Amino acid sequence: MREVAIVAFGQSDHRRDTPEISEVEMLMPVLHQVLDAVGLRAGEIDFTCSGSCDYLAGRAFSFTMALDGVGAWPPISESHVEMDGAWALYEAWTRLLTGEAETALVYSYGKSSPGDLREVLTRQLDPYYVAPLWPDSVSLAALQAQALLDAEDTGDTVADERALAGVAVRCRTAAEDNPHAQLAGSPPPEALLDEPYLVRPLRRHDCPPVGDGAAAVVLAAGDTARRLCRRPAWIRGMDHRMEAHGLGVRDLTRSPSSRLAAERAGAFETPVDLAELHAPFTSQELILRRELRLGEDVRVNPSGGALAANPMMAAGLIRLGEAAAAIHRGAADRALAHATSGPCLQQNLVAVLEGDAS
Amino acid sequence: MTPAPSPEVLQAPLVVEFPFTRSLGPVQSAFLTGLRTRTVLGVRTTDGRVLVPPVEYDPVTADELADLVEVAPTGTVTTWAWNPSPRRGQPLSAPFAWVLVRLDGADTALLHALDAPGPDAVRTGMRVRVRWAAEREGAITDIACFEPYDGAEGGEAVPHSGEFTDPVSGIVAPARLDYSYAPGRAQSRYLKALAGRTTYGERCPSCRKVYVPPRGACPTCGVATAEQVEVGPRGTVTTFCIVNIKARNLDIEVPYVYAHIALDGADLALHARIGGIPYDEVRMGLRVEPVWSEDGRYPDHYRPTGEPDADYDTYKELL
Repeated sequence: MREVAIVAFGQSDHRRDTPEISEVEMLMPVLHQVLDAVGLRAGEIDFTCSGSCDYLAGRAFSFTMALDGVGAWPPISESHVEMDGAWALYEAWTRLLTGEAETALVYSYGKSSPGDLREVLTRQLDPYYVAPLWPDSVSLAALQAQALLDAEDTGDTVADERALAGVAVRCRTAAEDNPHAQLAGSPPPEALLDEPYLVRPLRRHDCPPVGDGAAAVVLAAGDTARRLCRRPAWIRGMDHRMEAHGLGVRDLTRSPSSRLAAERAGAFETPVDLAELHAPFTSQELILRRELRLGEDVRVNPSGGALAANPMMAAGLIRLGEAAAAIHRGAADRALAHATSGPCLQQNLVAVLEGDAS
Repeated sequence: MTPAPSPEVLQAPLVVEFPFTRSLGPVQSAFLTGLRTRTVLGVRTTDGRVLVPPVEYDPVTADELADLVEVAPTGTVTTWAWNPSPRRGQPLSAPFAWVLVRLDGADTALLHALDAPGPDAVRTGMRVRVRWAAEREGAITDIACFEPYDGAEGGEAVPHSGEFTDPVSGIVAPARLDYSYAPGRAQSRYLKALAGRTTYGERCPSCRKVYVPPRGACPTCGVATAEQVEVGPRGTVTTFCIVNIKARNLDIEVPYVYAHIALDGADLALHARIGGIPYDEVRMGLRVEPVWSEDGRYPDHYRPTGEPDADYDTYKELL
């Protein structure tokens, strides 16, 4: 199989509210950052793929405006997914695997600030039986968290509210080293557990910040990747799987789609030393750690993860980018990156990245 | 060169509202029609499980499903979440619990609301029953919510024909989302100047083209535009169309002309309505100028200036 690597990664500072800039104004510096890193102009990229969501912007075909930032004239080969940019990366990866392109630019962005994100996300639910009830995203995550806490009562897992708070503390403490994070630093778990519930059993610290942000990566194949990057992050495998949309059909304490995607991506063949998980809610990190068989020796979300910054449509791509960047700078040799989409970990993508032996 | 001033942030409410009309397949139609008559239907899978709410295809085997069964309106909470501040559109206006409920006779759970006095009154495993809406129309909201129940357990699922008189074949799902639209730096600068009857384009530092209205980026070069350039007010019609459809909420008599107008000094044509001339006399090359209503923040339309028509070569690049 053709070798393909992530050779550059960039992201914006993630902020709660950015009314002074449009999507393209937020995105453009990030695009320049990754193109400058590999010394390519937009016109020299073979394939461009992006991820975003019209419901965040409140406008149809909103991604076409962001294309202004790419330089789409003379005509470029371009595609878009109405999803997190991690899935745009998957499309670009397959394009490179076919040999039709040597390089690809992948970007994604989302401004949640113009709307009410908890309401906006109800529009991705089953429109017949669920969406008419307007269950917001935090409430659905809370149903999953309670299922996990109940499973603890039967001795199945180690999940209680203190364990959830521990996830938040670790992620937000790690984010102190991430200059792009929206939230960094945390009181100790005891203080967090004194806070009121947002939607019981979730408190504010169990939930991701709502914010605006953008991210971009450059992919390249084979020797092109070696030329553009001192230590490319080779994509050894990538797979994405989904589960039944009916929440009541699923065992919410498990994520078989994550397990299967990881297996197909080759994640279990050799241990990883770092994992970037897209777990917007604390309870989801516990579920993913188990499904992805991540032991205590694996560094999980040294970036702070989605609990430190969760720009919709970019947070999954950022997990792939953060994992790749750790390989670029020699801080990891074999990393797992995970992205999710939909309520309660409905859809999951897993990639395995490796650096050459140094 | 006019250096771009730092703009005040412009923001305005934006409401996106739409009544989504959706048709139902045979299984969904039977389920929602059943709710109208206080009957809860599920569907039996080929391996014998009962799915409630029912779906047309088995999520595990992908088998097509049509074997309808009736289950009890009583059930067991499989997980819950206490919602202290109900939001617009949710089933109850007082604090309530979201619940997944496995109805007696079913193997899967249904999402809905549970009316309970507080979180201490809710637990996984508690027994509940359907509280029906007073007025039912064939929608998931025909179940008003669940309520605690300490009566007898319902039995096994029993076969049901799924046939009802006057079955519902579709639902209308109203959706409304409220946004605060902010156009960003470039467009805020443009709109602010326009309210003062000045039209600014922005010049690309690379290809030197002037874009009107500016969006902050040169779509050819992919770089930020920042240098403001005053353009117009006069311009040239580059192309046009004759509109014969009366738009709702728009007080303009048809037919009228909508045109692309290259403002003097701009490298991109913007679009606007042409007035002050019979619709069938509008032509490519027509020289026009903006007409402002008394307190308008943008030109109401453009009208002929009376100048000779522009030479084709002067605007052919802007078509």
